[in-house]
Amino acid sequence: MKDSTVLKLNGLSKRFGPVIANDNVSLTLNKGEVLALLGENGAGKTTLMNMLFGHYLPDSGTIEVADDSGFLHPLPLGHPQVALAAGVGMVHQHFTLAENISALDNITLGSEPLFAVRRNRRAARRRIESIMAQSGLNAPLDLPVGRLSVGERQRIEILKALYRQARVLVLDEPTAVLTPQEADALFENIRMMTNEGLSVIFISHKLREVLAFSDRIAVLRHGRKVGEMATSDADEKSIARLMVGAETPELASSRMAPGAPVLTLSGISVTGRSKRDTLNELNLTVHAHEILGIAGVSGNGQSGLANVISGTTEPEQGLIKVNETNIGAPNPTAMVRAGVGRIPEDRHREGIVGAMSVAENMIIERLDDPDVQSRGLLRREAIQDNAERLAKAYDVRGPGVDAPARLLSGGNIQKLILARVFERSPSLILANQPTRGLDMGAAAEVGRRLLEARARGAGVVLISEDLDEILGLADRIMVIRDGELHEAPSRDREQIGLMMAGEPA
Amino acid sequence: MIRIEPRQTQSRAFAVGVPILSAVIALAFAAIPLLAAGANPIQAYGEMYKGVFGSVFAFSEVLTRATPLIFTGLAAALAFRAKLWNIGAEGQLYLGAMAAVAIGSGVLDVPGLLLLPLIVVLGAAAGAAGMVAPTYLKTRFGADEVVTTLLLNFIILIFVQMMLEGPLQDPMSLGWPQSAPILDQGMLPPLIERMRVHSGLILALILAGLAQFMLARSVWGFRLRAVGENAAAARHAGINVKRSLFGVAILSGGVAGLAGVSEVAGLKGYLTSDLSPGFGYTGIVVAMLAGLSPAGVVIAALFIASVFVGADSMSRAMGVSSFLADLVVSVSLLCVLVGSFFARYRVVRASTTRAAS
Repeated sequence: MKDSTVLKLNGLSKRFGPVIANDNVSLTLNKGEVLALLGENGAGKTTLMNMLFGHYLPDSGTIEVADDSGFLHPLPLGHPQVALAAGVGMVHQHFTLAENISALDNITLGSEPLFAVRRNRRAARRRIESIMAQSGLNAPLDLPVGRLSVGERQRIEILKALYRQARVLVLDEPTAVLTPQEADALFENIRMMTNEGLSVIFISHKLREVLAFSDRIAVLRHGRKVGEMATSDADEKSIARLMVGAETPELASSRMAPGAPVLTLSGISVTGRSKRDTLNELNLTVHAHEILGIAGVSGNGQSGLANVISGTTEPEQGLIKVNETNIGAPNPTAMVRAGVGRIPEDRHREGIVGAMSVAENMIIERLDDPDVQSRGLLRREAIQDNAERLAKAYDVRGPGVDAPARLLSGGNIQKLILARVFERSPSLILANQPTRGLDMGAAAEVGRRLLEARARGAGVVLISEDLDEILGLADRIMVIRDGELHEAPSRDREQIGLMMAGEPA
Repeated sequence: MIRIEPRQTQSRAFAVGVPILSAVIALAFAAIPLLAAGANPIQAYGEMYKGVFGSVFAFSEVLTRATPLIFTGLAAALAFRAKLWNIGAEGQLYLGAMAAVAIGSGVLDVPGLLLLPLIVVLGAAAGAAGMVAPTYLKTRFGADEVVTTLLLNFIILIFVQMMLEGPLQDPMSLGWPQSAPILDQGMLPPLIERMRVHSGLILALILAGLAQFMLARSVWGFRLRAVGENAAAARHAGINVKRSLFGVAILSGGVAGLAGVSEVAGLKGYLTSDLSPGFGYTGIVVAMLAGLSPAGVVIAALFIASVFVGADSMSRAMGVSSFLADLVVSVSLLCVLVGSFFARYRVVRASTTRAAS
C-alpha cells in the first residue's frame, strides 16, 4: 500500500520581506504513510504547510496532488478551496471551529451548497458515523463545540477534514494541546486511518512521539530541508543534531569575568493562563558582564519569565532582587527605576504606541523625568532634541521623529526600542526574542548592542527560540521547560536540543 | 475580488475633509424628505440660513444651543480618546443639574459671591461621581462601560423625577414636578442684554481650550493618549492604566455634569426632568464629528446647534416638521463613520492569485 506517491512538493520557496521562511523545499508523501515534519520554532514548518493548503502563495515551486486513481496533477496555488477539493485537509494548531453550534454542524459547515432549500442532516450524520467507526475518532455530535474538551475538538477538526474526503491530512502540532493519554489515543486513530489509505503529515518538535509514530521523518532548519530518513534508521541524537544544526557558532566575543549579581530570582512561581506564562519555583542569577541565554521550545514559560523581569506580572511567591536590592512591589516603573531595560517580545504590541510619534515613544518610559517634563507639561524641545540625537546614534530610519512610530519598519522599531533601553545605561537588560523577524543587518546590530552593554558591566537575560543566537552570544545557557529552568551543562547543541525536547540529557 | 487593507498613512486632508464633506452630504440628503413634504429645498435652506445667521438674536440662539453640546461633546471626546466609552453624559448632566439646584436654591447659607463657584464645583463633582461606579466595574471586573453608563442614564433620570416630586420639589410649584429656582447670585450671568446666551459658553470654550492644550502638551495627556492607543504598550512602559482611566472618567463625568449646571444656572433657573433633549447623546455625535479633538468639538457643536436652530425656524416658516434636524444630524454621523473607515482603510481590487501574506 505504501508505494504510490499522493503528494509532491517541488522546490517551494517563500520570503516574508527580508525573512526567508522556506528555501527550495521538496517533499514527497506516499499513500498510507505518516510523515513527520520536524524543526525548531521558526524553521518554516507551518509556512510550508500553509503553502500546501493555499493560504500562502509560494514565491517559486510547484505542488502535485494525486487524484482518486493515483495520477498526480499539479495543484493551482493559493486557493484553499481548490486544495480542499483535491483532498488536502489541514488541522491547525489553533482550532477553527464555531463554538456556539453543534459538532455536527461544524463538520458539515462549508461543505453544503449555500442556497439549498433544506439540509439533509440525517444523511450527513450517517456519513459522519461511518467515518467515526472507520477511524475510531469518537466525539459527541450534538453538543455545542464550546462544551467539548480540547481532545474532542481536535477529533471534530479531523472528522471535518475526513468528511470532505481528505486523502492527505496535515496536523499542525496536534499534541501540543493534548494530555499524554489523549495524544496516545490520537496516534492510534491515525494508525487506523492510514491503514485505510489516508496519508498524514504531522508537524512536531517532540522527538519521542515522532520516533514512535511516524514512518518517515523530514527535518527543516532555517527554512531548508536538512535531512530526511526512514524512522527506523533514526535515533534521537541524530535528529536533534539535524534540528539544531551541526556546528556550534563561535562565541561572538571572549568571555568576561562575571561581576556582582545584577538580578536574582528565587523561588518565583506564577500561575498563568496557560503554559506560556506559568512559572514553577524558578531560580535564576545573572551577574554583571554576563549574558545568560534562555533556550527552550516556545510556550514553556518564556513569556512568564519575561513578564516577571519586566514587571508586568507580580509573582505569587518568590523574591526578586535587582542589584542586590529587594523589589517589594514589582511593576514596570519599579523595575525601570531599579535599572532594568526591557526589550519586549512583541515589539508592535508592547514595545511601541504606533499612533504616537517616534519622539514620544522614545520617552514613554520616563515621563516623570525632569528632562522630559516640568510641572506636568512636556518639554517639547527637549523631547525633540533627545529624539533626533537618539535617532542618529541608533540609526533609526523612517519618515522622521515626528511621524507615527507605526510607519517604521520592524527593524527600525526595534532600533527605537534599543535606543530607549540602552540610553539609560541599565544594569540589567531583558531581551526577549530580540531578533525575531529582523533581517541580518538589524539582527547583528541587536547582538552588537548587547555585547557592548555587557562590556560596560550590564547583565543580560537573552530569551530566544533560536539556539544559534544563544550559542553565539550567551556566556551561560539555561533551558526553560514547563516553567522550570535547568542549567545546560555544556554548550553542546545536541545535549541542549535534547533538554529542550524534554528528554533526559 | 475586492480586498480591504489598512492605509499606511492617514492624510490630514482626510481628517479635516471627512467631517466637512459629511455635513454637506447630510444637508443634501435632507432635500429628499423636504421635496416629499412638498417644500422647495432651496427656499427651505434659505430659511434655515436666516434662522442661524439672519440676526444677532438668531445667532445668539445657536450659541445658547451649542453651549451644552460643547460640554457633552468634550465629555465624550476626552473619554473616547482613552477608549473609555462613556455613553452616560446624559445622566451625568442631570446629576450636575441636580447638585446645582440643590445648593443654589438657598438650602445652604453661602455668601453671595461664593455661591456660583460652589455650584460649578459641586455640579462637576456630582457628574464625576456618576462615572466612578462604571469605571470601577470596568477596571475591576471587566464590565463593559458602554452598557453600565448607558443604563445608568435611565436610573439617574428616574431618580431625578423622584427627587422632583420629593425633597427637591418647589413648594410654590403648585404640585408641578420642578425644583425651587436657583437664587439670583447663583446664576451664570447672561452675555448679551435681553438674550439667552450666557456665560456658560465662556466656561465651555475655556474648558475646550484647556483640554486641547492638556492633551497635546501635558504628561497627563500623553498618558491618556498612550492608554487609548495601545494599553498593553502603555502598561509595559510603566503607565498606570487604571489610574489614567479613572482620571479621564472623572474628568469626563465632571464636564458632563457642567453641561447640567450650565443649563439650569445659565438658562432655565430651575430643574425639570425634561431639562435635556438628549444633549448627552448628541454630545457623542459632536465628539465623533470632531474626530475626538477638543477644538473640533466647538466647531461640531456649533454646526449641530445651527442645524437644530435653523430647522426650527425653517419649520415655522414653511410648515415642515423640525424632525428634519434629527435627520441631518444622524446622516452626518453616519457619513463621518463611513468616511473615517475610508480614511483608515482603502479598498483594492485584488486577484485571488495574490497571496495574503
